Formats: sequence, structure tokens, C-alpha cells
Amino acid sequence: MADTAITVEDARKTYGTKPALEGLDLQVTRGTVHAVLGPNGAGKTTLVRILSTLLRPDGGRVEVAGHDVVRQAYEVRLRIGLLGQHAALDEELGGQQNLEMFGRLYHLGARHARVRAGELLERFGLADTGRKPVKQYSGGMRRRLDLAASLITDPEVLFLDEPTTGLDPRGRAEVWSAVRSLVGGGTTVLLTTQYLEEADQLADRISVVDAGRVIADGTADALKALTGGDRIDVVLRDAGQLGAAVALLPIAKDDISVDPDRRLLSAPVTDRMAALSGVVHALEKAGIEAEDVALRRPTLDEVFLHLTGDDRRVKEAA
Amino acid sequence: MSTNAYALTDSWTMTRRELAHWARQPVQVVVNLIFPVMLLLMFGYLIGGGRGVQGSYIDYLLPGMLALTMAFGLEGTMIAVTQDLNKGVIDRFRSMPMANGAVLVGRSVADMLQSALALLVLMGVGYALGWRADGGPGAFLGALGLLLLFRFAMLWIGIHLALVAGKPELVQAVQILVWPIGFLSNALALPGAMPGWLGKVVEWNPMSHTATAARDLFGGTGTEHVVPAIVWPLALLAVFFPLAVRRFARLSR
Repeated sequence: MADTAITVEDARKTYGTKPALEGLDLQVTRGTVHAVLGPNGAGKTTLVRILSTLLRPDGGRVEVAGHDVVRQAYEVRLRIGLLGQHAALDEELGGQQNLEMFGRLYHLGARHARVRAGELLERFGLADTGRKPVKQYSGGMRRRLDLAASLITDPEVLFLDEPTTGLDPRGRAEVWSAVRSLVGGGTTVLLTTQYLEEADQLADRISVVDAGRVIADGTADALKALTGGDRIDVVLRDAGQLGAAVALLPIAKDDISVDPDRRLLSAPVTDRMAALSGVVHALEKAGIEAEDVALRRPTLDEVFLHLTGDDRRVKEAA
Repeated sequence: MSTNAYALTDSWTMTRRELAHWARQPVQVVVNLIFPVMLLLMFGYLIGGGRGVQGSYIDYLLPGMLALTMAFGLEGTMIAVTQDLNKGVIDRFRSMPMANGAVLVGRSVADMLQSALALLVLMGVGYALGWRADGGPGAFLGALGLLLLFRFAMLWIGIHLALVAGKPELVQAVQILVWPIGFLSNALALPGAMPGWLGKVVEWNPMSHTATAARDLFGGTGTEHVVPAIVWPLALLAVFFPLAVRRFARLSR
């Protein structure tokens, strides 16, 4: 299909006797950002390594940009960029030297490679530090240079394997804004992450993986709806009033969790603002003292527990 | 278009990378060149004396030290390849449309250059200490050729071991093993002066042939060790070169 950038059908990979992918299926539409969300050990990195021709699958069909990753690895490599979990840079060399070297290896020619390296350093705010060896870079700078190296040839498909893991909030924001700026250019992006928030911020579509399979697939909203959407947390001053609060608050009663130790009750909400003001008014009226009332999105844990709580059948949330 | 069309340019790019590392770390380069000189001085003056050696000990010792330096090059190669493998940069190379073997070619060229430099420095120091090569220019170049051929065989053993072991911890084990193998040769002393069984091991050691052939060629005293000094490294290469290349190609399994 012309509008499919990545096709994975029944991909399998086992390390020794330890299965990593157990029949994973995935379709990514050209020009979109697709997040693969899952915990450590779910098979995310194995999937990215197979898609970027670093690892051969044991079975199944895997195509990237219209080419088979095993039989046409060279054709695939011409069309992809890779940002792995660990910086794929020469630590001893400077930023400019790194990008020039990669440019030459993409066969841009010496002059073009040098110009391109300068452009990318400028674009990622690294022009001032182009001569410093990469081992002296901060985590965020390193990740930006790594991203720049993945973009030397304007790849059709870009793989980002946990691009913000280990970064501080500022580094994370830098990477997010860089990824957003790519999307306008028509690049297809596949990113893996452990954070629902990251998938939510960046992706058009999300595949949730666990134990080497996709267990749910859809837009961020669809997945959240599947989990019950946003929740409201209320912390009371007196745990003894939790029962009374549950009875009188204007919230759905079927999925409330109560934690007396933390004096906390938590419930799903549909209309965020109405729920918040409704709860605050009801508490005031009944004279129940609250220490904290907060709206929050479901955590990955909750999405996960919800999805794996069932019989692990693939759900169509589209 | 296959990747082979770019084999030469890519290999050159990877060689430039290694040379850029030298430029970034000149101190490291100098330390690597000084180390064999220190060994030479240590064995020549501190410990040496050369068991069973007649005539000038420096004429005996220097060719041995040249061969020993070539053997120890195995460690350097192995460390460099292991470091590359354990850093992400090798993943980027392998995900790019470049000639697959270029990484290894770059390593080889850089290591051979470094070894040639080490030979020159050691010979310079040897000359200052009284070592003389009287065998003529042809024999002189022949001796250098044999030493570098031996280094080339060590290089591919080093690459193979790094690809097999893959972890820095195992490099240490090999580093410890290289020493007795290097010293169980006739680099420093004549096997005739050792206990019988040890002398046999030392005579059999491929490094001994290279050291003796170089000694004879430098001194113009014979050529009977030249053939084994060619055959041994070629035999080692015939085994380890294809093993290393295959191992590198199978990183994707």
C-alpha cells in the first residue's frame, strides 16, 4: 500500500529461549507519528532494531518504506534514520566531526557533508559547541546531536527508541519540540516510550505492547476512553468520612477506588471541569474537609492494568 | 547500487575517523609509542643480560622487542573494537547504507599505521643504544615486512576475539594471557638456555620465527626462518580473517 510506511506482520524474535516478539502486528501510515507504548521488556527495542535492519526477525514480514528489512536492507537503510536508546555518536569527536563523518558515509561528498553538518548544528542549537568532543556534552545536547545525525539525509521514516528516557524535564521538552518540528516535513515517525504522556503529546496513534504483542491500538483519546478516561483524586482530612463522601459526591459510583491509609478516593470523570466544581461544592456543602482535590490523566500503570486485566485479546479501539 | 561500490570511500572515511581520534588524544598516542621503549630499556638494562646470548645483547634484544610490540598490538586492537561495539555508534554505522566491512578496514589501517610508527620509534631508540642493521636495505625492508605481516595476523585475531568476547571484562582476561605468550618466545632470551620443555614451546611459538627472521635479516646472518615467519602469519590470517568477517556480519542475529 502506497500510504503505509511501516508494515509488520506476525514478527517473531527469540533470544536463545527467551521470546522477545511473539507475533507482533503493526501498520503505520505515511506521514504520521506512531507511538509504541509499553513497559521495559515488552519488546519495544527489539522491534526498533528489526525495523532499522540491526537485527533479523526469526519470522514474519517486516517492510519499511516499501522494502523488506531482511532481503532489501540496503534499500531500507537509504530511507531511514535511527535514534537509539543510547547515543549513537563517536564520543571522542566533536559535533561537527560526527555529522561530517556520517554525511560522508551517506555518500553526500566531502563538501556537501560539511555544509549539511553546519546546517544541522545550527538548527539544533549546537553551532557554538560543534568543536567540543561529544563526551563533554550534556544529556540533552547529546540527544539533539544524535537526532541531527538521524536526519542527515531527510529520512522517509525515523525511528526514535525511548528518545527522552534519562533526560531531565528541559531535555525532554527540547526533544519533544524537535520531533514536532519534523512532522510538518512529512516524515513518518515511529517512537517507543514508557510514558503515556509522551505518546499523548506526540503521537497520532498509539500501539500498546506487552510481552512481544500489540494488546491495544488506537488514538490517544480512544485508548484513554478504553481505560475510563481522566480521574479525580480527593484526599480528605479524616479517613472516617470517606464513606460519606463516596455516597454524596456527584461522581460515577461503579469504578471508585478508596484507600483509607492515604485518606484517598479516586473516581473516573467524563467532564473534567463539571466534575471538579461539582465535587468541591458538594464537599463544602456537607462540611467535609478536603486536603486536596485534583484531576489527573490515567497513568500508564492504569492503562496497562486495565488492558492486561482482561484476557489479553487485541482490542480495536479505533 | 550495492554497498560494494562505496567500499573504498567508506573505508577511507573510517580511517579518517581513527586518525581524528589520534589528533584528539595526542598524549595517548605518545604513551602508546613510549611503552615499548620502556620495555626495551627495562630488559636491556634493568633485568636483562640475555640468557645464552653471545655478542651484543642489543642486537639480539631489539628485533625481539619489535616482534613483541607487534604481538602486544593484539590488545590495542581488541580494546578498540570492544569499545566500539559497546558504544551506540556501531549501531548507527550498521543502520546506514555504507559498506559493511569499512569499520574493520578503518581499524586495520589505523592499527597498522600505529604499529609502523612504533617500529620506527623503537628502531630509533635502538640505534641510539648501539643497535646496527648491517644486512643491507633489501633485508632491512624484508624484516620490516615480516614484522608488519605478523602484526596484521595479530590484528585479525584481536578483531575476532573482540567480536566473540564483546565485553570489556573479557578483554582483561586476554590482556593477561598475551603477556606469557609474548614472553614465551625467543624475544628476550635464547631457548637453548631454558629448561628443555620450555625451549620447545618457545621455538614453536610463531612469534619466535618472526623475531629470529628479523634478527637474521637485520644482521645479515641467514634466512632460514623467513619461510616460517611468512607461513605462520598467513596461516593465522587464513583462520581468523574469515572468522572475524563472518562474526561481524552475524551481529544482526
